[in-house]
Amino acid sequence: MSDRVSLGKEGSDEPLLRVEEMEKFFQVDTGLVNSITNKIRGDGPDFVHAVDGVSFELAEGETLGLAGESGCGKTTTGMTLAKLYEPTGGTVHYKGEDITQLEGAKLKAFRRSAQMIFQDPFESLNPKRTVYDTLVEPLQIHDIGNQTARVARSLEFAGLTPPEKFFDRYPHELSGGQRQRVAIARALVLDPDFIVADEPVSMLDVSLRAGVLQLLERMNDEYGLSVVYISHDLSLLRHMCDKLAIMYLGRIVEYGPTDRIIEDPKHPYTKALVNAVPVPDPKLGRERVELQGEVGDAINIPSGCRFKDRCEDYIGEVCDTVSPPLEVKTEIDSDRQVGCHLYESADGYDPYTDIPTSDSSVTEDSASADD
Amino acid sequence: MTLLEVNDLRVHYETSEGPVQAVDGVTFSIDEGENLGIVGESGCGKTTLADAILGILEDNGHVAGGEILFRGEDLTEMSGAERRRIMWEEISMIPQSAMNALDPVYTMRDQIAEAIFAHRTTSNKEASARVDELFELVGLDPERADDYPHQFSGGMRQRAMIAMALALEPAIILADEPTTALDVIMQDQILKRISALQDEINSSMMIITHDVSVVAETCDRVVVMYAGKIAEEGPAETIFDKPYHPYSVGLKGAFPNIRKPNQDLVSIPGHPPELVNPPTGCRFADRCPLATDVCYNEDPPEVTTNGLRTFCHHTDQIDSGFREGSDKRETWERTKAAREVTR
Repeated sequence: MSDRVSLGKEGSDEPLLRVEEMEKFFQVDTGLVNSITNKIRGDGPDFVHAVDGVSFELAEGETLGLAGESGCGKTTTGMTLAKLYEPTGGTVHYKGEDITQLEGAKLKAFRRSAQMIFQDPFESLNPKRTVYDTLVEPLQIHDIGNQTARVARSLEFAGLTPPEKFFDRYPHELSGGQRQRVAIARALVLDPDFIVADEPVSMLDVSLRAGVLQLLERMNDEYGLSVVYISHDLSLLRHMCDKLAIMYLGRIVEYGPTDRIIEDPKHPYTKALVNAVPVPDPKLGRERVELQGEVGDAINIPSGCRFKDRCEDYIGEVCDTVSPPLEVKTEIDSDRQVGCHLYESADGYDPYTDIPTSDSSVTEDSASADD
Repeated sequence: MTLLEVNDLRVHYETSEGPVQAVDGVTFSIDEGENLGIVGESGCGKTTLADAILGILEDNGHVAGGEILFRGEDLTEMSGAERRRIMWEEISMIPQSAMNALDPVYTMRDQIAEAIFAHRTTSNKEASARVDELFELVGLDPERADDYPHQFSGGMRQRAMIAMALALEPAIILADEPTTALDVIMQDQILKRISALQDEINSSMMIITHDVSVVAETCDRVVVMYAGKIAEEGPAETIFDKPYHPYSVGLKGAFPNIRKPNQDLVSIPGHPPELVNPPTGCRFADRCPLATDVCYNEDPPEVTTNGLRTFCHHTDQIDSGFREGSDKRETWERTKAAREVTR
């Protein structure tokens, strides 16, 4: 391993992952007629703003949960972090290196170091390959020795014992839980430092879920991995993550330690999300905040706060016109960040000064200017 | 008053290896206006149970014994025509995947109106007005009724499906995992909508899910199924507070609870048995920390405690220590299944 190219500088105090204003837009393919009319009107093509300015840091050994409704951009964020998508803006630094600029040996080193576990083990495993073929391929690509032993160790760790019994099995011969264990074993076979797990248990049956979650917990503890968990299930994220980032329409609206966010959510959206989670105890009544409607349009992003149309605590013009930056607030702990005008900024930013005076202009990104 | 009564129901699927006994001697009833939850892991027979009640079993499946009484009439004895008269009018369903349940080539209005025309003699105009009304009830814009299913989001489709299920104000709705495919916010909206509408037309509901939390919040009574049989049945509050079947106790500990920090998750080791040749005695024995010889040889007796019907030989041991230890992993490592898996 020592003769390999490694990423990052020794002894630097860089966090494992530093994401700054990351953006991922997808161009909408609306067909010939639309593109012609757009051209006549002088507009550019439309974009889906899947991830629209996301910043956070992940320390070594830390676990971060990305939560939000369908369509909030959490999966796109995860895929971009694993370099399965190229960001269209902003930067992602992994061990101090900008992953968008990686090439050659360094790119290969990154691929080795960062792995992904997908949601659906029925689709993420190649049906024509045996378990051994699936697990040995990454070892062959990276030219790592001791292949059989490594595959066996990885399978054993994933709870598929005895591993030799599983070598020649095809995915269709495995149960859903076993398949997801194979997917986890595949992610671990290269000894990675960083894993993105996208809804790792949502396709699994209840009885299998707890087992796979225990396995993921052990993975964090024993391999000392940094993991980004993506899920809409806050009970699960509470169980697994040190920190939580709540996403809404491509942006993080609240960020901080998991327990505190769930016990005392500050952003109106986080409140609604926490309260929407059912509790397996009929005697524990919960305060049910009805959140109407659905996540807004990611193509025509509304001006001001993206959550304003569904917000219970809407306070008028400032919400309509000024996009709230994600920042530390005076009355909330300094390790938490909230993107909402209800709370006063700790570094003295006054969103009211950004309200446009005339009705013509709309401050779309006044927030980023102030970070 | 009892609305639906299932007595000793047996459903078999014919396969090349012999009949799969998917539902094996299940007895329960649903009163008018009552919500019954059916929980259990995949393959425990909960969906088969619903399919049998609706008369929509797969081609290789058939009712091999027992009866399903709806207002005293046995559904299993009915002809197709008689059943069709009752279906949708009295018993309707909300399927798991609205995407697959809706016909892509008809507008939502046509699909819902079709159900109305099949049972009522009304004019086009009246049926159409009813569709508008239903759309408003479930929180959809009536103008969208002329759209096709693919123009709807997942949550909207599921709501349209609920509108369809309610179209004829049925006495009972069978909901098979109605919110499993949706995210939490949408799930919350849909569940609230269903219970509000249920109060309005005073219908009963049988809700099938593996999500224990959903059942805890919506149901009056709960049936816990395991490997084709009922493990435990009783009032929701009691079953979540003080279950007496080791399986229900284990299931409770397997769920992360958002209100419980630092919870130690417990998984029940092993798998449910094959139902082609189910083992004698208690089907849960291999996975049960309390199992003894009697569990492998004799069918578990029905024991009643605090209004719960529990099918287990060892209910007396639950209160003396098992419940406290049930959230520890060591407890479950004592099971036969765990010993076989790890060594």
